[in-house]
Amino acid sequence: MKAVITVIGSDRIGIIASITGVLAKANVNILDISQTIMQSIFSMIMLVDISNINCEFTELSDILKQTGEELGVEIRFQREDIFTSMHRI
Amino acid sequence: MFNRNEIFETINMISQENLDIRTITMGISLRDCASDSSKITRQKIYDKIVRNAQNLVKTGEDIERDFGIPIINKRISVTPIALVGESSDEDNYAKFAKVLDDAAKAVGVNFIGGFSALVHKGYTKGDQLLVRAIPEALSETERVCASVNLATTKAGINMDAVKEMGLVIKECAERTKDRGAVACSKLVVFSNVPEDNPFMAGAFHGVGEPECVINVGVSGPGVVAHALKELHGADFGMVSETIKKTAFKITRMGQLVAQEASSRLNVPFGIVDLSLAPTPAVGDSVAHILEAMGLEKCGAHGTTAALALLNDAVKKGGVMASSYVGGLSGAFIPVSEDAGMIEAAMCGALSIEKLEAMTCVCSVGLDMIAVPGDTPASTISAIIADEAAIGMVNSKTTAVRIIPVPGMKEGDVVEYGGLFGRAPIMKVNPFSAEVFINRGGRIPAPLQSLKN
Repeated sequence: MKAVITVIGSDRIGIIASITGVLAKANVNILDISQTIMQSIFSMIMLVDISNINCEFTELSDILKQTGEELGVEIRFQREDIFTSMHRI
Repeated sequence: MFNRNEIFETINMISQENLDIRTITMGISLRDCASDSSKITRQKIYDKIVRNAQNLVKTGEDIERDFGIPIINKRISVTPIALVGESSDEDNYAKFAKVLDDAAKAVGVNFIGGFSALVHKGYTKGDQLLVRAIPEALSETERVCASVNLATTKAGINMDAVKEMGLVIKECAERTKDRGAVACSKLVVFSNVPEDNPFMAGAFHGVGEPECVINVGVSGPGVVAHALKELHGADFGMVSETIKKTAFKITRMGQLVAQEASSRLNVPFGIVDLSLAPTPAVGDSVAHILEAMGLEKCGAHGTTAALALLNDAVKKGGVMASSYVGGLSGAFIPVSEDAGMIEAAMCGALSIEKLEAMTCVCSVGLDMIAVPGDTPASTISAIIADEAAIGMVNSKTTAVRIIPVPGMKEGDVVEYGGLFGRAPIMKVNPFSAEVFINRGGRIPAPLQSLKN
């Protein structure tokens, strides 16, 4: 099963490091990362594999949300299906 | 992988444009709860609802978090209580409403629909008792919704029921006059009622439905309005295409959530209802979609045409996105629940007569309309008769949810808060229909050919 993580907020040092740290601890494998900075707004999209996740989806979702608050960015963690169903026939 | 625009389009729809799943409604058959003892019937009703729906709210919340899409309401619809209570020795059907209310509170849903009767051709004993109990039932419960179907294309209009519902609505208003006649907001009178509608207040679980079923209602007027605002000067072909594409995307969310809820609860998936359901929140208005098409205010001449295009395009886009479509499926135009409709009614752009014309081309009908408290019951009945006639002749669902607010007059505003919003008191035609309504009997079913 795959999920999409999106991060939006002001750029600072350590955003990717913090998030990937959380993911590694939860045994989540990163498949793809795309990141840009436009007018100092940091935006990142990450496609991850959650097949071997070692906690509940909602639990990881809470941890990521909290990580986002600490970093001052908005992190969303959503199952990939929502994007597939909306954008692919 | 998706491209960035696709990902951010979805996220913006949810976070900026109020895209949400309006309701997951579990339909539960109560046909096997009938018994000759009222007490046993009530116990069976309570037990069956709690047994089937105990995980509904939690499952809804889990899905909400997994997909990151808000699911605003988790609700229940049940078999019309007139059918369930009929074999019992009960004379006061408000007791059944209380048990529905208790069950709704036990499982944590915010509304339960099905305090209903189908009387389009006449009353049975149970129908009579149910209709009589509506004012007490709605004023003394919090979460129960009632509906009465009094006309169909094949049966005509039961004018005795039309007359009685005028009186019932007045009594509902009187009994809750200290709360802005809130009981009336939980009562819908229908023509051609659908049996699988997930939206309140008119939801019930029809007799042709399975034991238990999951129906989902999507929403997203804000998403459509936003898409249209970017189309300056485009012609109607382009407007229609844009609405279709947007409706497709919105409905796919509904289909996904419906399938997921159905598999997690192990209950069959019924339908997705393709309605555009507004809320009083800014940016979640159907009226603003019509205004984005170029009308100065909703209610201006041209509104009916704009709504016809919108309603049709939403269906065309949505039908392909879901494997089963049903319910009401169309744009809703509830006045108090739509920021743009409230503005339009307050500045005089929108009248009851224009709303009536609009109901000819969309679902559902005269919805959440507040009128002066001294409006006679016969006038309310006549408003219901007009709306039922539109539904009957055009083979479509129409409904009336009207609130004669005691002590209020034209120009006042009644505040409900939450999803029910605020309702400006609208002008009602002062001329009487009393003699017409007092005739009683039935208006025969209309001819279905020679259409003009």
